[in-house]
Amino acid sequence: MGDTAENLKVTPLNSLHKELGARMVPFAGYEMPVQYPTGILTEHKHTRAAAGLFDVSHMGQVRITGADPAKALEALVPGDLVALDVGKMRYTMFTNDAAGILDDLMVNKRDRDLFVIVNAACKEQDIAHMRNNLKGCEVEYLEDRALLALQGPQAVDVLSRLNSVIPALSFGMGATLALDKFEAFVTRSGYTGEDGFEISVPNSQVEELARWLLAQPEVKPIGLGARDSLRLEAGLCLYGHDIDTTTTPIEAGLAWTISKRRREEGGYPGAEIVKKQLAEGVARKRVGIQPQGRAPAREGTEIFNDKNEKIGVITSGGFGPSVDAPVAMGYVATDYAKVGTPLTLMVRGKALPAKVCTLPFITKRYAK
Amino acid sequence: MTIRYTKDHEWIRIEGAVAVVGISDYAQSQLGDIVFVDLPEPGKKVDAGDEVAVVESVKAASEVYAPVGGEVVETNPAIVEDPSLVNQSPMEDGWFVKLKISDPDALDSLMDQAAYDAYLQTL
Repeated sequence: MGDTAENLKVTPLNSLHKELGARMVPFAGYEMPVQYPTGILTEHKHTRAAAGLFDVSHMGQVRITGADPAKALEALVPGDLVALDVGKMRYTMFTNDAAGILDDLMVNKRDRDLFVIVNAACKEQDIAHMRNNLKGCEVEYLEDRALLALQGPQAVDVLSRLNSVIPALSFGMGATLALDKFEAFVTRSGYTGEDGFEISVPNSQVEELARWLLAQPEVKPIGLGARDSLRLEAGLCLYGHDIDTTTTPIEAGLAWTISKRRREEGGYPGAEIVKKQLAEGVARKRVGIQPQGRAPAREGTEIFNDKNEKIGVITSGGFGPSVDAPVAMGYVATDYAKVGTPLTLMVRGKALPAKVCTLPFITKRYAK
Repeated sequence: MTIRYTKDHEWIRIEGAVAVVGISDYAQSQLGDIVFVDLPEPGKKVDAGDEVAVVESVKAASEVYAPVGGEVVETNPAIVEDPSLVNQSPMEDGWFVKLKISDPDALDSLMDQAAYDAYLQTL
């Protein structure tokens, strides 16, 4: 992957984005498309109605090999990787000794390795962390591979045209497949709340595959703007915003990612704190927040109770195109975390009423 | 009919005793899909450069500044009802506020159409 004049890195699809008329912005050290000419609202709704193609090649793709990479990686994450079946994937996070989150990641267990996807902004640090701490394993950064996400209810029909086995993959599974002539590792997964796929292919093949996908009538290119509004409606965390080194997996509502065995055995950084928080509760929790009016409440908006005491802060907020209303999530003191609790948001000096709501804001439509 | 522009991409147009204020086509295209507009109460007095309204796109909030000082005498309820009007018709139906301006000479310091077009070329 190359560099631009401003020292931003580029993905192998950089010239295609520009050809498609994308507005390019700096993101995590890369020059990335924030939107295409149709705009974020249209891109967002198209993804929920048909299929959207995202370039997520800036994310870090890592292969871990060794005698027992699943067991080795468990020393750094609370996710249960030993019990994970080959062909399946798991969402987990790197924690520090205070149980703060260093990054979140997807781990795919394959026949001879683990295939791990980490966030672009954290990838150098994550790779160093794994190389320093995974005993007896080799950590290989797959810089020669690009990553596409094809998301939406019609993604399965589109991808099936390249390999008829695609519909047999269930959500949360991955497989090394030939997509026609493209050598892909495909997972049925994503970050939108819709059915869909993430497709890892060699850099040398990604532009041809992207052009083929975009030539399908169901598919439109989607930028990072709609990726953010889609994941927010789906209630999914964005690292550096909803989760970071100051939040624990329990505060963040991610206890579901930690199995009974891992809760009992621990064996990852901050495990004692997680165990204590599971037993005794936490002082604050991540919740969905529904502002009552039309005004979006953005990240950093302070949250107050009816006595005008500050009880929390919004960590992601904006307008939900499919909800057709503002949507947000953030942390509130545990006493205020119950669904339906009234909150007051201070937006530009004005007090706006809001309520704690269930996440996600939309009905997830993952294929079973 | 005099129209002037600011470097922040507001426009102001004299219509009889009042001046109409909005954002330029360039501004709306940069903001993208506008989903919310916050307008002031009529009677609010502003100096040149003061925040007079807020527009929110899916991505972000942006302030709209008063191109010149004056008193807000009217706001556009249509863009509150349908914020996408600002995208569709930034120079006409998507206007924001009408100002009774205190110093008409202040308009002279703003860019005319030709100067604004030239300014856009530099961005």
